[in-house]
Amino acid sequence: MDLGSINPVLLVAALLLASTPILLAAMGELVVEKSGVLNLGVEGMMIVGAVAGFIAAVESGSPALGFLAAAAAAAVLALLFGVLTQVLLSNQVATGLGLTLFGLGISSLMGQGYVGIRPPASPRLELPVLSELPFLGPVLFSQHAMVYLSLAIVVGVWWYLRSTRSGLILRAVGESHEAAHALGYSVLGTRLAAIAFGGALAGLGGACLSLVIVPQWTEGMTAGRGWIALAIVVFGSWRAWRVLLGAYLFGGVSVLQLNLQAAGIAIPVELLSMSPYLITILVLVIISSDKRRAQANAPNSLGRTFHASG
Amino acid sequence: MIRLERRPAPSRAWAWATPLLAVLATMVAGGLLFAFLGKDPLLVIRTIFWDPILGEFAFYYRGQLLVKAGPLVLIAIGLSLGFRAGVWNIGAEGQYIMGAICGAAVGLAFYPLEARWLIFPMMVLAGGLGGFLWAMIPGILRTRFNTNEILVSLLLVYVAEQILAWMALGPLRSPDGAGFPGSRNLRHYDAAANHELIAGSGMHWGVVAAFIAVILGHVLLSRHILGFNIRLAGASPRAARFAGVNPGLLVLTCLGMSGALAGFAGLFEVAGPAGQINIDFNVGYGFTAIIVAFLGRLHPVGILLAGFLMALTYIGGEAAQATLGVPAAAIQAFQGMLLFFLLALDVMTNYRVRFDVRARA
Repeated sequence: MDLGSINPVLLVAALLLASTPILLAAMGELVVEKSGVLNLGVEGMMIVGAVAGFIAAVESGSPALGFLAAAAAAAVLALLFGVLTQVLLSNQVATGLGLTLFGLGISSLMGQGYVGIRPPASPRLELPVLSELPFLGPVLFSQHAMVYLSLAIVVGVWWYLRSTRSGLILRAVGESHEAAHALGYSVLGTRLAAIAFGGALAGLGGACLSLVIVPQWTEGMTAGRGWIALAIVVFGSWRAWRVLLGAYLFGGVSVLQLNLQAAGIAIPVELLSMSPYLITILVLVIISSDKRRAQANAPNSLGRTFHASG
Repeated sequence: MIRLERRPAPSRAWAWATPLLAVLATMVAGGLLFAFLGKDPLLVIRTIFWDPILGEFAFYYRGQLLVKAGPLVLIAIGLSLGFRAGVWNIGAEGQYIMGAICGAAVGLAFYPLEARWLIFPMMVLAGGLGGFLWAMIPGILRTRFNTNEILVSLLLVYVAEQILAWMALGPLRSPDGAGFPGSRNLRHYDAAANHELIAGSGMHWGVVAAFIAVILGHVLLSRHILGFNIRLAGASPRAARFAGVNPGLLVLTCLGMSGALAGFAGLFEVAGPAGQINIDFNVGYGFTAIIVAFLGRLHPVGILLAGFLMALTYIGGEAAQATLGVPAAAIQAFQGMLLFFLLALDVMTNYRVRFDVRARA
């Protein structure tokens, strides 16, 4: 065992990158849930994003096109969920589960010929001067572009939900769809837009995994990250900043356990591998145990089917 | 203008027609998918749905049908009870794994003692208990700390998979296995083996348990007060509270029953068809059972039929993979598609479609 081999600078730098897929997916789901829809298909949308992005990047040679394709493919899949739950009024829990099962199947089908290939490299974005700073340079200023994009999205979502008219309508739809409908806002339109946005972000997160972090395509490579993203939205009690905190916490745990595995610590590898899931559960328990605080910011119409009668 | 109008009560005719229509729609959409993959769609559909039952080699496949349907039905019956009550246990895969590990561990602990009358029943109990206890984790966290049981039960699947890998490589690894991962093969240990009861039929104790579960499930839901409470809590949680149903206890009961049934399924699988605890022991029955439960309308008899249909897609899928080169993943996508079509068509059960010609405007 050699704990000295763990470099704190690299650890923190890796943490930011490792958290990004979960952060992106969780921000998307935050917006979806704020509009009153519970989409349990995050895992399925992420993996479809991962494979679609991978294929597009390999075929075109451009990682940027890969990310675009990932967002588009996952958004299409999300809209399938949207049409089922919003237009055909199906049960959101069951449909979300179906989306995950379908996504896992269709992704391994799509990725058949792409196992074991390396995608085109997507370079880090070295910010001039700043990346030369000791410690802060490698940690903050020479990350992959997706890390910066994910942080920009956190700021954007926070600002959108808090300070824009359309964000206010979205929250109104999530709090009380009957009232929003009575005021003349389009519940269906708002929710479908939110669902597509959530899908696109989950897809970006998946592509981040297959194009930057791993970078390779393997079946089932998201390994529960979509579910962790769902848990983080609850953990963050539907606030953008706390979701960010939660994502980095879990990124930290998974990076740390990988480093401990590499350092050969005397704990069975399997115990270390299960730690991110166990800690997610633990944190969920702590957050949920205070019922009033946990529910204070939860959208009131979350998961309820809306049918405008008459 | 097409408009949906809520039915006063769900249509019984549509409730039974939608699964059939969903299967048909999936065959059409799946056929398109296979055509897109460059296969003859009719041939693939025939290979999956027809040949295993009535084709040339059906004598081989028919036995497999029971082997695959057994665990699916057993797990789905348990899940359906919870789904009816609004308790979403989606971690059956984890409970299935833990049942298999606990049951196999008991069996292996007695190796090479030859006392089947003692060892096999104890393994069955341990398997059920393993699944039960694993399901109690989300149950107690939900009732005690108000934690979402969907997320916890699902996350525990990943934990169970890690425990499975640990067991296969560590504590339960066969001492005679020359260092390969995996436990002793229980099928070679007669006191613990879950052999076929009738040679070639695929009928083993797990299938018997599945049939018993269907009957008990039906009696429970239609004749017993607990079944009534489950249905009541699902239809109207508030009314159930007024009727004196203890919501916490109901959550624990539903999770416990589904966990125990998944655990039984795991034990019967590991002692029978699978034979040993190994890294790749679980093949997703716990997740497919969710589709089975919905396709069977959360009704025990429906689940039995849906379980056979799903087993058919597994077996036919393997056949199509071997003879036509259809990728294994296509079957998984096919199963997911089936659930989608079912949920989409279900709108007809609860709503009427009206075509207005703008007469009222």
